[in-house]
Amino acid sequence: MMTTDTLNNTNDHDEHHDEHQMTGIKRWLYTTNHKDIGTLYLWFSFIMFLTGGAMAMVIRAELFQPGLQIVEPDFFNQLTTVHGLIMVFGAIMPAFTGFANWMLPMMIGAPDMALPRMNNWSFWILPFAFAILLGSFFMESGAPNFGWTFYAPLSTTYSNGSTAFFVFAVHIMGISSIMGAINIVVTIMNLRAPGMTYMKMPLFVWTFFITAYLLIAVMPVLAGVVTMLLTDTYFGTSFFDAAGGGDPVMFQHIFWFFGHPEVYIMILPAFGIVSTTIPAFSRKKLFGYSSMVYATSSIALLSFIVWAHHMFTTGMPLFGELFFMYCTMLIAVPTGVKVFNWVATMWRGSLTFETPMLFSIAFVILFTIGGFSGLMLALTPVDFQYHDTYFVVAHFHYVLVTGSLFSIFAGAYYWLPKWTGHMYNDALSKWHFWCSLISVNLLFFPMHFLGLAGMPRRIPDYALQFADFNKWVSIGGFAFGLSQLIFLAVVIKCIKGGDKAPAKPWDGAEGLEWTVASPAPYHTFSTPPKID
Amino acid sequence: MKISNLGWLFLGSIFSSSAWADSQLNLTKGVTAISREVYDLHMYTLYICIIIGIVVFGAMFWSMIFHRKSKGAVAADFHESTKVEILWTAIPIIILIAIAVPATSTLIDMENNDDSDITIQITGSQWKWHYKYFDQGIEYYSVLSTPREEYENQNGTFDGNNAKKGENYLLEVDRHLVIPVNKKVRFLITSDDVIHSWWVPDFAVKQDANPGFINEAWAIVEKAGIYRGQCAELCGKDHGFMPIVVEVKSEADYEIWIQEQQQLVAQVANAEKASLSASMSKNELMALGETTYMAYCAACHQPAGTGIPPAFPALKGSPVVTSGSVSEHIDVVFNGRAGTGMQGYGKQLSLKEIAAVVTYERNAWGNDTGDLVQSADVKAASGE
Repeated sequence: MMTTDTLNNTNDHDEHHDEHQMTGIKRWLYTTNHKDIGTLYLWFSFIMFLTGGAMAMVIRAELFQPGLQIVEPDFFNQLTTVHGLIMVFGAIMPAFTGFANWMLPMMIGAPDMALPRMNNWSFWILPFAFAILLGSFFMESGAPNFGWTFYAPLSTTYSNGSTAFFVFAVHIMGISSIMGAINIVVTIMNLRAPGMTYMKMPLFVWTFFITAYLLIAVMPVLAGVVTMLLTDTYFGTSFFDAAGGGDPVMFQHIFWFFGHPEVYIMILPAFGIVSTTIPAFSRKKLFGYSSMVYATSSIALLSFIVWAHHMFTTGMPLFGELFFMYCTMLIAVPTGVKVFNWVATMWRGSLTFETPMLFSIAFVILFTIGGFSGLMLALTPVDFQYHDTYFVVAHFHYVLVTGSLFSIFAGAYYWLPKWTGHMYNDALSKWHFWCSLISVNLLFFPMHFLGLAGMPRRIPDYALQFADFNKWVSIGGFAFGLSQLIFLAVVIKCIKGGDKAPAKPWDGAEGLEWTVASPAPYHTFSTPPKID
Repeated sequence: MKISNLGWLFLGSIFSSSAWADSQLNLTKGVTAISREVYDLHMYTLYICIIIGIVVFGAMFWSMIFHRKSKGAVAADFHESTKVEILWTAIPIIILIAIAVPATSTLIDMENNDDSDITIQITGSQWKWHYKYFDQGIEYYSVLSTPREEYENQNGTFDGNNAKKGENYLLEVDRHLVIPVNKKVRFLITSDDVIHSWWVPDFAVKQDANPGFINEAWAIVEKAGIYRGQCAELCGKDHGFMPIVVEVKSEADYEIWIQEQQQLVAQVANAEKASLSASMSKNELMALGETTYMAYCAACHQPAGTGIPPAFPALKGSPVVTSGSVSEHIDVVFNGRAGTGMQGYGKQLSLKEIAAVVTYERNAWGNDTGDLVQSADVKAASGE
């Protein structure tokens, strides 16, 4: 046990430290503070979100009507590719790492992340990765144009010359992710406050814990596959070239062995966020905490044995198709348990509808719609019709935009008062919610119909029967993109001022982060709190 | 579809599956037994999802309406129930089994490639399909036939003048794949370069074309007619411009078509022979060369020979075309260049066309080498 003396010493040390806090750009470059790094991650991801979003709007402008109006097909492919890469690796994943940095230490009563210098490094290599990726737009080769899934041999022999830059960018992103994940695991395992057993951790912490393990497991696989791509392209190997004894389908197996767990890397933290917000605004404990932990773990385990459901049309044997179909359908069970638990948490609660709750409710409903189309896609015979159409585009945007992204908004509004010390502008935030909700559905719902009617994905121009829906989709796209500027305005206003936030602005909120002042002091829990 | 149509479809037909099938909103029922099974499975699963959705979202909206704080709702205290957890694990498993059973039987039917009547090899390449009838000695390429002017309206005409576009805009080709009705046609699908995917929604057939490997699929089409599809796997720049058109003919018409094609093959062979001894003038070569270039080469090397470097090099001023030997130039066009996007056109173009296109490339856009190439030169340089 710590004596009062050491406690005082620690505090003295803190104050001493604060005096020497660097200012200006150096504060951000050299920082090892989890809150600063969390802020960096969140801003970085928001900038990437707007960048990827701008690309999406050019794509939607081109698809507004039939014919090639604005961009050439090759540049169109570069846009779809980089849009996907930016949104996955630049927007969603860093946003969650930002949440992890800000919230995990405060939720488990730790003073900081366990490996603060590595934390600094894992953030600061990211801008370089994306500078390389985006910089390739200005090179002679152009940016990667082979889809974010970079199937060989389109990305090797037939690449436009951007493969090397793409591979190096992905390597750096991967290194950053692995370091971030190791930090999360080490922090959670070692820095929990006394008395906080694993089954007492907030579900938010659990989901990040499991996600971090997924990252550590699959990021090396991604690194491996991009390296094979690199040597196939530039060093004469034939991993994916049948002429040299390789197999292009093997690329897809390796890629999706990374790719499917990656999907859950982007949704499990979202589950953690809404499992925090829904109980807070229902004023009722999360229903079935332990079953939520087990369901999250099952989803993570199952994610390793379903990868080939992305590849039903590649000519798999019947047994393989059946195996991957059954395993994929099985995922519906733990995912269903989670949805039912959220509904049961709301059931007979005392509900209020602050903006975080609105985004959380929208998350549950729209993510479930994405889950339904996921179940339909799992069925191999029907997948032959859905595969590589706009039905798939609709599916993964429902789970990633109205799923992951909406949870990020829910979390951001929920913790903004803690981060900034101010309440956000309520009216503006409601505008953001309702504009986003309406436009996102106008954007993605008609895509189901386009896919069913037979429109393939990744095409810059389309047959006339798809024209009307595409027009609506594009209008929804522009509206959704512009709506996000409202969010930017809310955040900036909230940082600059607004009503002073109390330590605990939400009466139903639970967790250690609400026991410290708002804004959270630069150093929190220098002495660990005691958990009963 | 106009807004009024949309409204009608939503209101009038949500629960009537026959109306759904005819509209642009839903999956096609198609024209094979398999495609109908697939459609039924799709609708069955969709209805199950809708029912689950109504129950789950119903419960959510119920609590949102009746359990809100502003109505004085006080939160209950329950937060755990093993019984309920087991129940909502078990019920979904039962529902999933109810879906998996029909899905499995449909899949087993689909993967039964035995006892086919006709076998056709389908080869994808950037960005066209090649069809080869094994037993009849017929093979040909099938290329998008929508004129460039219809889709390339980026030069200032942002008027959305859809009237200019034909009815089958981007879904029409110069030569259809022709198959007979009510016969089991087996497709062997492969690729010459990147991965493509051969998809005809009305047959519920979508199979990837993998370079170096052969995939199988089949269809027994029950209704004569013309069915359209598209390449479904991103395959580079003109992925959106390689449609598939299948013409299903009655057996008698199919036989007539086969005979016509076989005569055509003989005629082409004769023309090739004749062209070897013929000598064309520069004007003739340049004219044929320009047409051929625009149809086969301009997609990558661009109409003005500027290319899209580095993937597609410029031909204007290129050493291969201006200072290199004619036979080397012919070799590249005829056999392609391994490890690049340049495919061999020996199979796709006649000797005469290759002679013309080489002549054109060596003299157009200020290349002005003055070289004239004849069919016999192509024959000699092609190494065949």
